[in-house]
Amino acid sequence: MSRAGHSGRLPVILTIIVSLMLMVMPLPEWAMPFRPDWVALTLIYWAMMLPRTWSVGTAWMIGIVLDVAQGTILGQHALALCFIVFITVRFHLLMRVFPMQQLTATVFAILALYQFILFWINGVAGVDAPLVSYWGPVITGTLFWPVVTLLLSGVRLRAQHGR
Amino acid sequence: MVASRTDSSNPARIPALGVRLIVLLFASIVLMVFDHRQDHLGAVRQAIGAAVYPLQVIVDAPFRLWEWVRDGTADRNELQLELSRLQAERLLTNARLQRMTALEAENARLRDLLEARAQVRDEVRVAEIMAVDANPYRHNIVIDIGEREGAYDGQAIVDVAGVIGQIIETGLTTSQAMLISDPSHSLPVEVNRNGLRTIANGTGEFGRLVLPFVTNNADIRSGDLLVTSGLGGAFPAGYPVAVVDTVNRIPQEPFADVTATPAAALDQVREVMLIWSSAEPGDEKPGDEKPGDEEPDDE
Repeated sequence: MSRAGHSGRLPVILTIIVSLMLMVMPLPEWAMPFRPDWVALTLIYWAMMLPRTWSVGTAWMIGIVLDVAQGTILGQHALALCFIVFITVRFHLLMRVFPMQQLTATVFAILALYQFILFWINGVAGVDAPLVSYWGPVITGTLFWPVVTLLLSGVRLRAQHGR
Repeated sequence: MVASRTDSSNPARIPALGVRLIVLLFASIVLMVFDHRQDHLGAVRQAIGAAVYPLQVIVDAPFRLWEWVRDGTADRNELQLELSRLQAERLLTNARLQRMTALEAENARLRDLLEARAQVRDEVRVAEIMAVDANPYRHNIVIDIGEREGAYDGQAIVDVAGVIGQIIETGLTTSQAMLISDPSHSLPVEVNRNGLRTIANGTGEFGRLVLPFVTNNADIRSGDLLVTSGLGGAFPAGYPVAVVDTVNRIPQEPFADVTATPAAALDQVREVMLIWSSAEPGDEKPGDEKPGDEEPDDE
């Protein structure tokens, strides 16, 4: 079996940690609403490529960490990430054979769903936010998706050959 | 072609995915309810926060390094200029300080006359801002002083120009603070000129606060300094908060439309000060009972 064993997990964990760091990195004020959801992009990629090792459980834990790091309601990002990773895992075979444009469009839809869940929870909890701050990450996230896939597939291939 | 041999020999089904999803969704909802309704999860947050702390330090490191390099390589001329500027400033401050001691003594005498409790001096400590909240619609910051140093929830934070915000969550070595410009932040203030009390709310913009509950006939004008009134209990009284910007009186509306600019540059500070207030909430200056009655014609 050529499953990703323990030795294959470290690179993935590192990429997730890097994405978390990108999420807490300070940005100039004007750029804040346009920070792509690095964690969501990374988790979508790994859920698509290695759905047996990285699926909803991982997404949930990372979501909790993200909630603490960003000071949001505990469970908000956990729920949203869990849900989009579930969808990704569910359709991972389909998504793998999509050409890049179609895959990017799918990722756009997934990111929009992700922000909608966050928006919804904010609404229920009574947290106010301008609408642009929800659309910004969706758009920049979609634009960055091809770059992210390129980088992460480099990591994946290296990890698989390096074993 | 690579994708086809990634990790699954029989990839059509991931076992028990739906069950796991439902369990986790349920867990997050329970967590959110507990976190939002009651505040029972402080310890959990603190534990995870401690695990995230190294990440924040690493992310912050390049910025610190850059600052350090910039300070180290500032050229001689600039340093000389800075030095002379600081010396001039020190002279000025010293002169003011002399007057200040005299005034303080006078103030103490007057307070004695009024038989009021002498105002205890607040204890102050400098903290550094480690991170700004990644969430653009929340004005939260993380500072490098936590429970270990004695920070507590609701503690006031100021900078050299005025109030910045208050601590909303303490970790072991860091704390989260909410800025006064956060849309969910309200702060009891009073107009320095005549003691008119009101509330200043954040708007989500760094340079603007609104005062939603100023009546149309209240004595307030642009340029008025707003200071903390100390009535909320969290903030010690008398720290500058904002300067009134525009007062727009709308006939037929019960309240005027008043905006103010925060005295502190909320988006530019790097060092802030935490205040340990020893004055007890609730004991206010006597003579503050009926503001706006006799004082307006003083000036």
